[in-house]
Amino acid sequence: MDFLSSIPWQLLLIQTVNGVVTGMILALVASGLTLIFGIMDVVNFAHGELFMLGAYFGVIVVAATGNFWVGLVVAAAMVALLGAALQILTLRPLIGRDPLNTILVTFGISLILQNYALWQFGTVVRKVSEPIESYFTLFYLQYPWYRIFVAGLAAAIIGGLYVILKYSKFGVWIRATTQDRTMAQAMGIPVPLVYTGVFALGAGMAAASGVLFAPLGGVAPTMGLDWVLKAFIVVVVGGMGNLGGSIVAAILISLLEAYASIWVSPSQAVIVSFVALILTLLFKPTGLFGTTVTR
Amino acid sequence: MSALATSATPLVQVEGLHTFYGKSHILHGVSLTVGRGEVVGLLGRNGVGKSTTLKSIVGLVKAAQGQVLFEGRSVTSVPPHKLAQIGIAYVPEDRRIFRLLTVMENLRVGFDRPGVTDTRKRELLDKVFAYFPVLADRRNQAGGTLSGGEQQMLAIARAMMLEPKIILLDEPTEGLMPRMVSQIRQIIDALHRDGVAILLVEQNVPLTLETSQRIYILEKGMVRHHCASSEIHVDHDVIKQYLGV
Repeated sequence: MDFLSSIPWQLLLIQTVNGVVTGMILALVASGLTLIFGIMDVVNFAHGELFMLGAYFGVIVVAATGNFWVGLVVAAAMVALLGAALQILTLRPLIGRDPLNTILVTFGISLILQNYALWQFGTVVRKVSEPIESYFTLFYLQYPWYRIFVAGLAAAIIGGLYVILKYSKFGVWIRATTQDRTMAQAMGIPVPLVYTGVFALGAGMAAASGVLFAPLGGVAPTMGLDWVLKAFIVVVVGGMGNLGGSIVAAILISLLEAYASIWVSPSQAVIVSFVALILTLLFKPTGLFGTTVTR
Repeated sequence: MSALATSATPLVQVEGLHTFYGKSHILHGVSLTVGRGEVVGLLGRNGVGKSTTLKSIVGLVKAAQGQVLFEGRSVTSVPPHKLAQIGIAYVPEDRRIFRLLTVMENLRVGFDRPGVTDTRKRELLDKVFAYFPVLADRRNQAGGTLSGGEQQMLAIARAMMLEPKIILLDEPTEGLMPRMVSQIRQIIDALHRDGVAILLVEQNVPLTLETSQRIYILEKGMVRHHCASSEIHVDHDVIKQYLGV
């Protein structure tokens, strides 16, 4: 009984809520990343910068219009368009080349976007106020409703993605192309257009996560780095290209980190993610939910 | 193009096709034609370039030299998905159905095209389900769970959804039970009655001779013999020379 009473139950529950909230934002970032990898074998190192740019565009539009939700939609749309342009200009010409080429290109884009943000917006962290300002009592805490709302909205966006993939014509195209791009072409699917569409979709989702996260952690040019690193861990742990796996892994890893930070400082808690990554690679290299896809 | 020219030009005309895989020279100038609604057999031993010829026609393999004409127009540099849209369907040797998609979704990839009305989609589905009743029973099952024969049917049904003018059929009977083989033969005949041209690659010589009007025999990436199927029989010297075991 001594052991049980030593566990801080209330703190554990608070951290569960925190973990799920971060996990849902992470899932939104990771699902775009895994979708892009699954369909075109592109490891998008610029994903974190699309997240960051989304947050900045959100801040700018919110400042101009005074409406957070307009900022969210406009930023996601702008970054989706930017993603489409980037894909057409830099990745489309590399189709069929060694994957190393696309890694270098996306890494280059990430550096350019990061330094662009540094040049345009400076190093000062920008703050956005939470669009929902009410709180509820969670034990001894005043917990912001906005966080709960973020988790819900992220889940809704992921749900929307699922519906698109499952039922729409474009979704069937995406799944068919992911499984066998050669036959997808032979069946009349405009594969280059599907690639561009998926990249835009992933970029838009990263941007939306960036805007949603902005009120929680502030906006800075390097904010994407932490997220993309964690998103990569999530994508590997969940199984490369496996959407459902990424979502589960995102929540799992965020929960682990949240629990770990009860006992150690949050910056040390990150180690837990790496341990999960290493264990996955050692014992189940295809990821927890990995399947092999024939090309 | 005038009506006269259309009726005179073959549906597909392949001229002097040279294709390489890396440094190995696979096709050494293959030329052949397929007329409208004609079933043409392409025979030859393994590795002589039959499959490569089909892949070169649908643009999945880029030919180094030579050209492919479809209805008299050069389509050599047209991307594969456009070729599918203008009427060239391809059923590969290993079937390559979308394994994680349901039977219905596999078919939808073909019929969900611009310009196809809902009524037409229904008709197309009714038609393949009449040809292949088993696919109707399994419409919500993942393609990967079907048997080999059923996957072959799905691959052909999927190609039919494109309402093609020609189907390039690569070894449709490979590894199938005799009962399935006769079903595939019936389908080839039915497609022929519907006016769909077929370029058939097969190891099964009797089946090819019975279903096709003309045959080409390939050896080492070149057409060695070309004749009407009625002029030749299984025991003919030419067959023995190029295909004999």
